[in-house]
Amino acid sequence: MNLSTIAWITLFVPLVAAALILFVTRASKPLAAGLVILSALITTIGGWTLFAKSADGIYHGFNWVDFGHALSIPFDLALDPLSRTMLVVVTTISPVVFIYSIGYMKEEVGFARFFAGLALFLFSMLGIVLANNLVMMFIFWELVGVSSYILIGHYYQKASAADAAKQAFLVNRIGDFGFMLGILLFWIATGGPEGGTFTFAAINHPAPIFVQNPALLAVAVVLIFCGTVGKSAQFPLHVWLPNSMEGPTPVSSLLHAATMVAAGVYLLARIFPILSSSPEASEIVAWTGAITALGAGILATQQDDIKGILAYSTISQLGYMVTGAGLAVSAALPMFHLFTHAFFKCLLFLTAGSVILGMHHEQNIWKMGGLKGKMPITFLTYCCGMLALSGCPFFSGHYSKDLIMACSWEHHRGIFWVVVIAAGLTPFYMMRQAMVVFFGKPRSEHSEHAHESPLVMTIPLILLAIPAVVAGYPFFEHTFFHEIGTLSEPEVPAYVPQVFLGVFLAGLALAFFLYRNVEKDPIRIPFLENRFYIDDLYFWIVRVIQGGFAKLCSFTDRWFIDGILVRGSATLVWTVGFALRFLQLGNIQAYALFFGIGVVGLIYMLLHVR
Amino acid sequence: MPTLANYLIASGLLFATGLGVVMLRRSIIVIFMGLELMLNAANLSLVAFSRYGLVSGHQNYDAQILVFFIISVAAAEVAVGLAIIVSLYRARQTTHVEDLDSLKF
Repeated sequence: MNLSTIAWITLFVPLVAAALILFVTRASKPLAAGLVILSALITTIGGWTLFAKSADGIYHGFNWVDFGHALSIPFDLALDPLSRTMLVVVTTISPVVFIYSIGYMKEEVGFARFFAGLALFLFSMLGIVLANNLVMMFIFWELVGVSSYILIGHYYQKASAADAAKQAFLVNRIGDFGFMLGILLFWIATGGPEGGTFTFAAINHPAPIFVQNPALLAVAVVLIFCGTVGKSAQFPLHVWLPNSMEGPTPVSSLLHAATMVAAGVYLLARIFPILSSSPEASEIVAWTGAITALGAGILATQQDDIKGILAYSTISQLGYMVTGAGLAVSAALPMFHLFTHAFFKCLLFLTAGSVILGMHHEQNIWKMGGLKGKMPITFLTYCCGMLALSGCPFFSGHYSKDLIMACSWEHHRGIFWVVVIAAGLTPFYMMRQAMVVFFGKPRSEHSEHAHESPLVMTIPLILLAIPAVVAGYPFFEHTFFHEIGTLSEPEVPAYVPQVFLGVFLAGLALAFFLYRNVEKDPIRIPFLENRFYIDDLYFWIVRVIQGGFAKLCSFTDRWFIDGILVRGSATLVWTVGFALRFLQLGNIQAYALFFGIGVVGLIYMLLHVR
Repeated sequence: MPTLANYLIASGLLFATGLGVVMLRRSIIVIFMGLELMLNAANLSLVAFSRYGLVSGHQNYDAQILVFFIISVAAAEVAVGLAIIVSLYRARQTTHVEDLDSLKF
């Protein structure tokens, strides 16, 4: 089998699995899970084979849109160091989460539908990874949006889940609108109908019009970045990600932590050469990421939902990646953090899922407590993920996050301090979660009777705990990133790494002493609990502006179009008809008389009226 | 030799008679006859105008030929009209117009 065939099979196997489940094996739970996991394992083998063989190149498929010279969009697969690394991340984590889902979803309705959704997601995600041009990426980008919508809304009977699914899709549409405009701008800049192109290779060379006009380039890049802001939940479009936690936990783990939300960062890495050629755009990107990292970190400290904390920490970490993309000298920097984050954040969500299942679907951390003895495997694996996320030395997150912070020290001192504060918040809110959930005394009946999850769930946890610890070690860094670009340690003074260690220990210690043996949260800040009131602000905007406009439209429709135009004309005709009805005497001679009078009148007019 | 005016007076009398019949009689067959009378009054004036009117100083027979057409078409029309009256009678057992007022509001 040649590499091209492997690449195509890797992409399409999950789609085949999804279709088979939907059309053939929907009724059978084991068959649905088996098919999806089999397809995921095939993609794993395919992904690793393509990575190991350094199968770089463009694999031509077919011309999806072909209007000759004017517009042609090929459906090709692009394999290069970047997409191969991303391929490994996606295809390695997916089967682990799928296997975990068997245990997590065992008792749930819509089991087969859930697995079909996962398979559709895997197909779409692989499409994003392997896309060779912006249009193809955009299509798969929307497809992951659709599968995210399906999976968040898995419990669609629950109003909050249905609303969260809608919100996720609609908020993403806002970002995608900018993304689409950016794609068109790049197409026009590369020649438009005279040989314009969408391929990454072509758009990454600045077109002449961009060279003459750097402001236009910045606009184009920022428009593409809008897609990232939506998909990777950057401020101000971050609101959908915490709400997406309404979906089943494996979905939160795979889509809304490890892979799908990282697609925005992957997009930035894809267009990295053109992004870094525009300093203005890079600065906007870096600041957006830094503000998101800090804001989400602050919000995470006051959440009570075990998944809500992780959701905000995901947003915060995505902020780091975006900052990295804005400041780095090569795409390897954000990708490195994406790589390590994918493993430990996926792990953290899966442990959260294990806790939720052990607690009989209780998600409030203040109802938990003392779980470390009852769920030892979950607790130990959670510690791996939590230390990796907090940036503890010798855990993967430490390597990638410190690299981004060191890079920001080198390039922009303001951003540096913002991300360092955010880095201090990370161990604080993670330690708070750990203390409340796993230590102390049980705070409810469920937590007293909590039990460890079955093997089908704990084995994936152990499998993910390994990369969560080691994924940042130089061996992996070299294997996966030296081909993407340089990832050298920036030149920083000796005190900078000490600052990193200092904020880590400070955050950890503060949370430890604050949350040791407490029954209630000692700190209550309504402003943070209510998420800076941003959700309320958006709700208000939707209600007042969009609602007001809808009322105006409704008024126009009801009174002007329906009332005057439609019903008014009908009433006019009816009234005239009613009046004329009285002429119908039912007497033929009367009709003859009217006719005669009419003829006489006509003759009179012909003769006398000029 | 009668003049054009004599013919037109005769035609007008005929037309007025026909109109009076149409307006005043109750039987639909009689009304129909009145209609035919009016038609023939019009025919008469057409022929009279043709006989007394010269085109470029010459006699023109176009209208007199046209009247033959009108008479033959009128014969066909009478056949249709009578057929309608017959089927009307079969449906309603009456030929009096005051009984036929179902379109009245």
